[in-house]
Amino acid sequence: MTLTMFELVLFTILTAATPLVIAAIGELVTERSGVLNLGVEGMMIAGAACAFAIAIVTGSTALGILAGMGAGMLLSSVFGVLVIFLAANQVATGLALTILGTGLAGLVGSGFIGLKREAALHLHIPFLSDVPLLGKLLFSHDLFVYLGWALVGGVAWFLNTSRSGLVLRAIGENHHSAHALGLPVRRVRFLAVLFGGACAGLAGAYLSLSYTPFWAPGMTAGRGWIALALVVFASWRPLYAFAGALLFGGATVLQLHAQAAALGIPGQLLTAMPYLATIVALVVLSMRRRRGSVAPASLGLSFMPER
Amino acid sequence: MRIELERRTAQSPVIEFLAPLLAIAAAVLIGGALLSAIGKSPEQAFFVYFVEPFSDAWSLQELAVKASPLILIASGLAFCYRANLWNIGAEGQFVIGGLVGGTIAVVTYGMDHALGGYWILPAMLIAGTLAGMLYAMIPAFLRVKVGASEILTSLMLVYIAEITLDYFVRGRLRDPKGFNFPQSVPFEDIARLPFLAEGERLHAGILFALAAVFLASFIFRRTLFGFDVKLVGSAPKAARFAGFSEGRLTFAVFAISGAAAGLAGVCEVAGQIGQLQPVISPGYGFSAIIVAFLGRLQPWGILCAGLVLSLTIIGGESAQIAMKVPLDMTRVFQGTLLMCVLAMDVFTRYRLRLIWRRSA
Amino acid sequence: MNSPTDGKPVLVSMRGIVKRFGVFTANDHIDLDIRAGEAHALLGENGAGKSTLVKILYGLLEPTSGRIELNGVPVSLESPEAARAAGIGMVFQHFSLFENLTVAENIALVLPADEKLESVAARIEDLTARYGLKLEPYRPVWTLSAGERQRIEIARCLLQDPKLIVLDEPTSVLTPQEADALFSTLNLLRVEGRAILYISHKLDEVRRLCERATVLRGGKVVATCNPREESVRSMAAMMVGTHLVDLRAKPNEADGPARLSVDGLSLASEDLHGVSLKDISFAVRGGEVFGIAGIAGNGQDELFAALSGERLARRAGDVHIDGISVGREGINLRRQYGAAFVPEERNGHAAAPDFSLSENILLSRHATGEVTRGLSIDAAAAKSLARQIIESFDVRMSGDDPAARTLSGGNLQKFLVGREVSRTPCVLVLNQPTWGVDAAAAADIRQRLIDLSRQGAAVLVISQDLDELFEIADRMAVIHHGEVSAARLTREVTREDIGLLMAGERKESLHAH
Repeated sequence: MTLTMFELVLFTILTAATPLVIAAIGELVTERSGVLNLGVEGMMIAGAACAFAIAIVTGSTALGILAGMGAGMLLSSVFGVLVIFLAANQVATGLALTILGTGLAGLVGSGFIGLKREAALHLHIPFLSDVPLLGKLLFSHDLFVYLGWALVGGVAWFLNTSRSGLVLRAIGENHHSAHALGLPVRRVRFLAVLFGGACAGLAGAYLSLSYTPFWAPGMTAGRGWIALALVVFASWRPLYAFAGALLFGGATVLQLHAQAAALGIPGQLLTAMPYLATIVALVVLSMRRRRGSVAPASLGLSFMPER
Repeated sequence: MRIELERRTAQSPVIEFLAPLLAIAAAVLIGGALLSAIGKSPEQAFFVYFVEPFSDAWSLQELAVKASPLILIASGLAFCYRANLWNIGAEGQFVIGGLVGGTIAVVTYGMDHALGGYWILPAMLIAGTLAGMLYAMIPAFLRVKVGASEILTSLMLVYIAEITLDYFVRGRLRDPKGFNFPQSVPFEDIARLPFLAEGERLHAGILFALAAVFLASFIFRRTLFGFDVKLVGSAPKAARFAGFSEGRLTFAVFAISGAAAGLAGVCEVAGQIGQLQPVISPGYGFSAIIVAFLGRLQPWGILCAGLVLSLTIIGGESAQIAMKVPLDMTRVFQGTLLMCVLAMDVFTRYRLRLIWRRSA
Repeated sequence: MNSPTDGKPVLVSMRGIVKRFGVFTANDHIDLDIRAGEAHALLGENGAGKSTLVKILYGLLEPTSGRIELNGVPVSLESPEAARAAGIGMVFQHFSLFENLTVAENIALVLPADEKLESVAARIEDLTARYGLKLEPYRPVWTLSAGERQRIEIARCLLQDPKLIVLDEPTSVLTPQEADALFSTLNLLRVEGRAILYISHKLDEVRRLCERATVLRGGKVVATCNPREESVRSMAAMMVGTHLVDLRAKPNEADGPARLSVDGLSLASEDLHGVSLKDISFAVRGGEVFGIAGIAGNGQDELFAALSGERLARRAGDVHIDGISVGREGINLRRQYGAAFVPEERNGHAAAPDFSLSENILLSRHATGEVTRGLSIDAAAAKSLARQIIESFDVRMSGDDPAARTLSGGNLQKFLVGREVSRTPCVLVLNQPTWGVDAAAAADIRQRLIDLSRQGAAVLVISQDLDELFEIADRMAVIHHGEVSAARLTREVTREDIGLLMAGERKESLHAH
């Protein structure tokens, strides 16, 4: 393999990993606060549709991104009200969110099928971007990729060293104790859910504005679900989530290359690869953790204080 | 002013009955608002969705035909959800059931049938049911043996099932005389579910749905197994104290829900469609989740809920034709409905109190 | 009534506090004055309204009516932050700690946001020096003992320099020696002029520590007194409202064969933070009550699970019921051999909270075929059995067949003990049988256990309530870190002996006494 080919593969792995990284980091924060939002897929695809629609209508990528994040947050706020303030079942509400988000995305996107946009601008720093290998890998992506990296670093810092991060972790760990100490359990959880929604929407915006700059129904292709699996895979730690996303990005890219190389493997088997990989990853991780779980102890449980 | 929720000490049968109806009403209002937001007439839509389907015998039969798989699948899912286990991959079990059952029809196509071929349809039904059951055992096995989340594995298996069906329909099971269309030969009559009346649309699939409702109702009400299912979902430690094995129960409920979904799948290809295609389900497996919750996990409630959801599917199709409403509106409505059901569920457990002032 | 602190200024004054939950009145016009530098006891049965009152004082609950004054100025305690800012600190009975966070992180959560973890650690060291609160700042909580956990709570409270410290049942998880250490810390705090509100039902302790007590019953203040001028018996009478009858027990002459025996039981914990059982052996004979003392979290739940069959032992011979090896048999088969079990957690383990009482009968009684016909449920039989138990064990409840969670702790426990005792089992194993149960119900349950044993059954009581064990057990052993000490006759051991064993002193040291 030539250097350029190698470079290209690594480059595409980074781009393919980006939507997974962004969505997984958002969900990771949500889950660390003790809320399981299974609606990532729905928020992501709604984000993709809204981002593309607004970007086409206004001609502005920035507004498109904001619209994508806004759509994710709006959906997640509905979810948040239901599960946090009305103590609705988190699993079922998350599923409802996915169904709703997919439907809304279809409605919004129906007028934009077949349109195309320029992909979001890629960074180019003279000299730095031209350094062989590293230059391309580090300094010539579009802003989403850098945003993803910044999110990983920022969230890792937030959770591990900031006071607010400590409060969030404490609430996910034991909401009764947190409440007894006077920590605002439901407010923090709602904010964490909104953050997760914004991230999922942003991941969707990346798909429709940069990764494949057009809108197609079902374009997220289960990436929201894979992001959920990544959070488990990463044992709820941001840097591991980044590493996991790179692995999955790698699987996706390998699949594309194998398809292009026509190795005689049925296309469907390659298409199924990410899903199979997700199952395998979950199994391997769960086997390693037979004794006890590192999941936030209050994950998925409702909290209703009495006053 | 502040809103407070207060835990009910006893269940109120009135609220339990009213909650799903209120949820439907709320979802209809939200759906109407959304329709007028995209410039469609909510009144006309209401007519198309909820009145027209009752206006002729054909639509009524269509209603039952679409409700059958939903009721059948949801009756099975009720076992899982009562036990607090999350099989959300019924769509995949449906597809695999349809594929395996349908394969028998395709393989026996044009053969000289022994015993007049009367064994073919039962064999299809059994094979489809078993296939759905075994497919559902994968997430059950992974959960019990290695502790992997059944939510994610069962969902991933949906994608894999769809891809598998696609592969076979474009490959080995493709009709060789079908002009390269990705579909199988049309099943012979002997491999089709009989219609309940000559020249009508209603096929025998609905009988399975009704049987499932009866059976589930009996099991939940009368048997120790039904008690166990509810107990594991409500208080898992108490179930262990009662000597019930959580692992065995997990296998059992996944097997039941997978079997129901698989049977629904084979009924769909042998009844409604009559051949294998790359896509055999308009999302029945997911809609059935809504049916299960709208029916409050009660078999008779599921029967009614299945008809309601079927109405939204048929209404959605006619609204697309009559009003150019995108088909996605059905999904939006279904998602909204499920949200409303879950929100209303709160009031079966809590009493709402408005507090006007903060006392000193 | 005279107290040494009568002349001191009133620090906190609660006036006419009423708290209603729906139709239930938990606090009914309660007045309470706490003076600077005094140790004030709040006494009352479970359900008397103590916890509700304390939660109001700490800003966790909002009173329906009434007012709180601090140094004579009305204050509104809307939240725990407000209470802390007003100088009120709280040490919870069920610790409000976070298992996977470190000691310093747990403490930092209630300090101002700009406080760095390093400086928190330094302040912890300072507290260690001043009050003898030994703590390691960077240890995760799940590795700590109950005593250490309580020290975190106290440290967390002290770092905010409180004027009033509320302690809710602080010694229930401590060994007698640890409790002594706690009292000397509390005395130091009082000398500094801080007030202490001490909630307990251990009247000995209250007499040792407090110079004033307020007694609650049924949500009302029924008496205030100086505990040092009262006897344990007279205070108990104020709490309960009547005089409690003593337990009647025929002396036991149990020298028959062992009905429940454990031989070299070792079992690794399944849980990340659980305790492994190590080479446990003991035997309970027919006719005796056998007590296993120990501080919570020393393997009691694991031992119970291994005895009941909720977890299988490694070898069949590890557990015997009436001579039959049952170590590899499940709980239902053990029930069929005549054993019965009452776990600690009422709602969620011994009973399904949302299920009706008659459905809860099914939980343990389906195994013996009394309420089933083949694979189907005999609901009528379950209902009539429930009715019998409700009558013969005097279970009070509202409605005909209510959900388990609507019963009070004492009544539900009577029902659950009744469910097992009414079978007249040959072996009965109970874990914390009267934890959180009112005194009358507790006395009733203890009497039933003694009566059952005198009918020839082997009764094993795992309890952290030493008073209870000294009252009913014929022989006693102690569980510590998953090991069970050699059994001793109750009349031949002292509380100090047991306390040392509970704290993990080697068995040999006991004989040296």
